[in-house]
Amino acid sequence: MDALLVLQQTLNGLQLGVMLFLMAAGLTLVFGIMDLINLAHGSFYMLGAYLAAWLTGLLGAFLPALALAMLLTGLVGILVELTTLRRLYARDHLFQVLATFGLILTFNELIAVLFGVQPIFASPPPALSGQVTLLGAPYPAFRLAIIAVGALTALALWWLIARTRLGMLIRAGADNREMAAALGVDVARLYTLVFALGAALAALAGAMAGPILAVRIGMGEDILILTFVVIVIGGIGSIRGAFVGALLIGLVDTFGRAFLPALLGAAGTSLASMAIYILMALVLGFRPRGLFPAPA
Amino acid sequence: MRRIGTMAVAVLCGVAAVPVDAEELRIGLLTTLSGPGSGLGVDIRDGFKLGLEEKGGKLGGVAVALVEADDQRNPDVAVKLTDEMLSREKIYLMTGQVWSNLALAMMPTLARAETFFISPNAGPSVLAGKQCSPWFFNTAWQNDNNHEATGAWVQEKGYKNVYLLAPNYPAGKDALTGFKRYYKGAVAGEVYTPLDQMDFAAELANLRAAGPDATFIFFPGGQGINFIKQYDQAGLKEQIPLFGAAFSFSQDILPAVGDAAVGAVNGSQWSPDLDNPINKAFVPAFQAKYGRLPSLYAAQAYDTVLILDAAVAAAGADWPDKDKFREALRAVRIETSRGPFRFGNNHFPIQDFYAREVVKLDDGTVTNRLLGKVFSDHQDAYAAECAMP
Repeated sequence: MDALLVLQQTLNGLQLGVMLFLMAAGLTLVFGIMDLINLAHGSFYMLGAYLAAWLTGLLGAFLPALALAMLLTGLVGILVELTTLRRLYARDHLFQVLATFGLILTFNELIAVLFGVQPIFASPPPALSGQVTLLGAPYPAFRLAIIAVGALTALALWWLIARTRLGMLIRAGADNREMAAALGVDVARLYTLVFALGAALAALAGAMAGPILAVRIGMGEDILILTFVVIVIGGIGSIRGAFVGALLIGLVDTFGRAFLPALLGAAGTSLASMAIYILMALVLGFRPRGLFPAPA
Repeated sequence: MRRIGTMAVAVLCGVAAVPVDAEELRIGLLTTLSGPGSGLGVDIRDGFKLGLEEKGGKLGGVAVALVEADDQRNPDVAVKLTDEMLSREKIYLMTGQVWSNLALAMMPTLARAETFFISPNAGPSVLAGKQCSPWFFNTAWQNDNNHEATGAWVQEKGYKNVYLLAPNYPAGKDALTGFKRYYKGAVAGEVYTPLDQMDFAAELANLRAAGPDATFIFFPGGQGINFIKQYDQAGLKEQIPLFGAAFSFSQDILPAVGDAAVGAVNGSQWSPDLDNPINKAFVPAFQAKYGRLPSLYAAQAYDTVLILDAAVAAAGADWPDKDKFREALRAVRIETSRGPFRFGNNHFPIQDFYAREVVKLDDGTVTNRLLGKVFSDHQDAYAAECAMP
């Protein structure tokens, strides 16, 4: 029984981890390559969740809705980059924080106008709404699907970054922006593309989160802090760091919540909610630039 | 924003000092209208406005000027807007507040200004017991009450081993305390989660391993939606019945969870199908005006209008005299959308409580239906500590 519980909690941890990875991958690219602190990354997550939930109702099928939600959110990302963020690259981080915080408020109110203030309905597609029996214990099928989607996305991103021309440009941009620009890379267009990719990944995370979480205004801010913890632990600008960091956070958080309260009582409850921040402090103590720092 | 009859709706920001008409009852409606939690604030505003509209924009025959503002669920903003409403808008009484932590932050300012605070929702135990105030009235319930009703129902139905979950903050602890005040069986587990936790997979795996015969939760708003969906997806709903107070199963949550909540039993002072003439008129009127079913929050705000109307009418021309108005308010005994209502010595309600079950109607609407009455003329556990007579 205990081994079974550990297995289930490991799956739970992995599932939380890949969800965080989908968010962190986009955020770390934007932060690392464009040197832009984007607090509104969570808004793309919320937008993805709302669009996927709404389109699922409209189209009657989850997968096309998911694809369309990613596409639309990517387009919104392009629009935001062109109209707002482009003016902020040269500015201090404080301006970026202010402007992207403004974007959060704008998106929250936009959602209120479009969908109303009450949370909206989202459920897993019928084929994934049941449970799968793993070693005799039921486990929600949709959570397994999240793990699969996250793993596939990680592979696809690795391929994109390591094996394609666009990936080469992204790596060049992350390593040395000025040099890449001097060698004729259209950095402005690269930035727009990277930002749209990040927005679409956040939308994927939101669309996959919709069926298990509340699709509501402010849902993006809930996950944003954890996402920042992930990229700080992983090393800013590193996809591999984001992957390892996200899984670490997912597992540590889940195991902390699952087992510490039973071991330590009320102190365990408090310790469990601090566990990931303790982890972050430890990692930063030994590796101040994260586990996989992008080369300076 | 609608303008209703003679009622002047003023936007707070940027409006210069308003000359005060002695004949006018100025009411501040400060609630959460944007961001997370705004679903509750909007229901309170809409319920209040519907009530006021039905009274022709008057309470007890006195014209009302309603001043609305959005607290953004932020205690600092709430206190600042309270100050502005007092100094600029010269409000006679304040209402609308959803959250206990905001209400507690606003209370010292309002008490110092000797201004009535009629809470249509927030009912913290602090204000019900030793620190009860002549300036504070609650027209909904003391925070523990709906949890107590659920506890009594679970006890009566013979459950012996219940697993309890709530967020780790004062209202979460109060909720489990309230539940255990009437549930006397064993506790299979008592889990407090961080207030911002979204995913309950870890807790649900532990819950399944503990093998309780029922689960009791207090998760309001978004957390409630998350928990109910995940409980259903884990296949637990069919095995272990789910209980909670009305806050986790109210009409602001049910459309977002759908079938996942069907069958859950929850304690409340009100239900959309409660059989009394006022409720039978209120529910369709709300639905016609706003295109959605009212939640208990909307019903509480609507009842607040009825209670204020009765108090102003009873005080008559003397209503601007605050002592006379308070006496009139304390003496209110009326029928409301939840049935008979009166205040106890601590200015919190004495009323009936019910058990409701989440059902799916033939047209697909997911809503609550009454199962039975749990308490008659129930008063909160803190009233005896309040020094007011």
